[in-house]
Amino acid sequence: MSQSPHHIDVREFHHRAQAAIDSPKIRRNFRKAMDGLISKRKTAFEDWDLDTLRTLGANIRLKALAQLPDLLVQLEQQLIANGVKVHWANDSEEACHLVRDICLRRQAKRVIKGKSMVSEEMELNHYLEEHGIEALESDLGEYIVQLAEETPSHIIMPAIHKNTEEISDLMHDRTGTERSNDVEYLTASARQQLREKFMQADVGISGVNFAVAETGTLCLVENEGNGRLTTTVPSCHIAVTGIEKVVTSLEDVAPLLALLTRSATGQHITTYFNMISSPRRAEELDGPEEVHLVLVDNGRSSIYQDDELLDTLRCIRCGACMNHCPVYTRVGGHAYGTTYPGPIGKILMPHLLGLDETRHLPTASSLCGACGEVCPVRIPIPDLLVRLRQESVDGDHLHPARVRGHGSKRSAMEALAWKGWRWMHTSAGRYRFGTGIATRLRALQPQHLGAWTRYRSAPRLAPKSLHELVRERQTSRGGKSS
Amino acid sequence: MSAREQILQRLRQRQGQPLTAPPCDFSVMEQRDWSEAEKLDRFERTLESVHGEVHRVSRGQWLDRLAEVLTTRGTRNLLAPINHWIGSALREAQRDDLPPLLAYDRPIDGWKPELFNQVDASITSTRGGIAETGSLILWPTVDEPRLMSLVPPVHVAVLEASQLYTTFLEAMRAQDWAAGMPTNALLISGPSKTADIEQTLAYGVHGPKELIVLVIEDDPV
Repeated sequence: MSQSPHHIDVREFHHRAQAAIDSPKIRRNFRKAMDGLISKRKTAFEDWDLDTLRTLGANIRLKALAQLPDLLVQLEQQLIANGVKVHWANDSEEACHLVRDICLRRQAKRVIKGKSMVSEEMELNHYLEEHGIEALESDLGEYIVQLAEETPSHIIMPAIHKNTEEISDLMHDRTGTERSNDVEYLTASARQQLREKFMQADVGISGVNFAVAETGTLCLVENEGNGRLTTTVPSCHIAVTGIEKVVTSLEDVAPLLALLTRSATGQHITTYFNMISSPRRAEELDGPEEVHLVLVDNGRSSIYQDDELLDTLRCIRCGACMNHCPVYTRVGGHAYGTTYPGPIGKILMPHLLGLDETRHLPTASSLCGACGEVCPVRIPIPDLLVRLRQESVDGDHLHPARVRGHGSKRSAMEALAWKGWRWMHTSAGRYRFGTGIATRLRALQPQHLGAWTRYRSAPRLAPKSLHELVRERQTSRGGKSS
Repeated sequence: MSAREQILQRLRQRQGQPLTAPPCDFSVMEQRDWSEAEKLDRFERTLESVHGEVHRVSRGQWLDRLAEVLTTRGTRNLLAPINHWIGSALREAQRDDLPPLLAYDRPIDGWKPELFNQVDASITSTRGGIAETGSLILWPTVDEPRLMSLVPPVHVAVLEASQLYTTFLEAMRAQDWAAGMPTNALLISGPSKTADIEQTLAYGVHGPKELIVLVIEDDPV
């Protein structure tokens, strides 16, 4: 039922971006939402020494990454001791198989889901449905996106690209809800429809915001309560998470939580912070009998190999980088065609899909630096974008290319042009000769330079080169000064 | 080789420079120095800003206030703990202005539809509150299971003012959470809400539409 992002060709970024820019509705929906989120974030940090807090956040994430394999083993041991079953998956396919096998063993037909970006990355809903298991999203935004057979356009607010009227029409067509512009009414209808589903669900699937190695605790951040229902009502709970989500200790959670919710939506804290350490104990009256954690690698261990790209793994998925991104705000989340849109998507997706598929993403940035400035864990996103641009044309001697699919944007013509450029610029004589020729032939300069001149006028060569001008000036002043 | 071994091997045989864990200075988290009164004010203000309702009561009058709060809402029944003093006090009070009490006395599997469709309100204790974020700390127990604070449309929570902490960090340190976590620990900061439809806030999307906190200000006798 749900549309698999597999149908989307990531390389078609420019066409989708153009289409989005041509749609006043998309631009209006995103602009309005992003402006709101930007101002809420600012207010939420008013009482804080934000720079110091961000440094702490970055250091906590770096500390965890520095001990990543050991922490994962510790997390596993703690969880097993708590009665939680732990599974490991090299990639999305393995992770999907693991989830399916658990469902089959429990003869589960109906799965209810809390919001999980890793499950989007795995295209889990699509996979389960192919295997005869109904997977229903319960986060209101995800539910709307699923009804529309779309994918999320924002990692925190999945349905941000739609306005109330569109959602009302959609709910009417799909579920028979009366058309209404009353958000409370629409929300109440969804609550009613989903309550039944929660009661019937055999398995609940959620993501994880932080996995605490010290105590074997899975932390989930949410406002709606659907995450708590998902992890509590069905008799089996499966949590899926990327291997980078582990943190050392419980105390580390406090600053990351303070940064996450304020950066994401400008909330001091979300309505619910749900910390799960074990399944229902014999004497308890509710909670799942079985809890599983699926640890998903899916390219993360290869990001881990590189000292610079490693910073990508600090991410706590707040979405502040996209909220502040001038490109994201204009083209919206779907233009990227990837699970994670915006700046974080541009530095993460090349590792997940390969730079051949995602070659245009690192260039979809003006390098204004806003994403790096707001990142709560100080990921130097603009630097990483530049690095990936180098990788996409095969790097240089300082940065040997290593991302899968590197060199996919390399063109022999461009390489030759730059070789010529270097040849000309590494000798004073050649340089003077070259600029002399260029200025004299300026009349022959083309007016149209492809995409560059679609929205700009072409740069004009000056009649005289800088060297010539300086020489003339010195001559007119009567000789050289020193 | 299992996926586990493959992943761990790739991580352990990392190609780059050896990674060192940077020191983490938590002092930025420890700068708030609020008096007891300031903590309560802040808790109240913050929770009310997200649609929570806070009532300051004395130990002698919390039942009166509860009755008032439930009567105005026309609550038909109240799910209450069995062993906790809150439950005992409610049963012993035998008041006409309180709705009939329900007990969570069997596994959820036996009464799911009833809990989901027929319970109007619940009342639970708390392990404390957090002033900075207006949060309640709940560790569900056999007496107060996980769904008690989630499924009924109205959740009333009783908080002792003496158990108000400045920050989450202070609370988890003071209560030594690292020594042993319960099966489920929760921070609850307001009623259930969503802004997924055009950023318009709506309450009670999946959990309670209302969160009412009775803060008992005086010490136990």
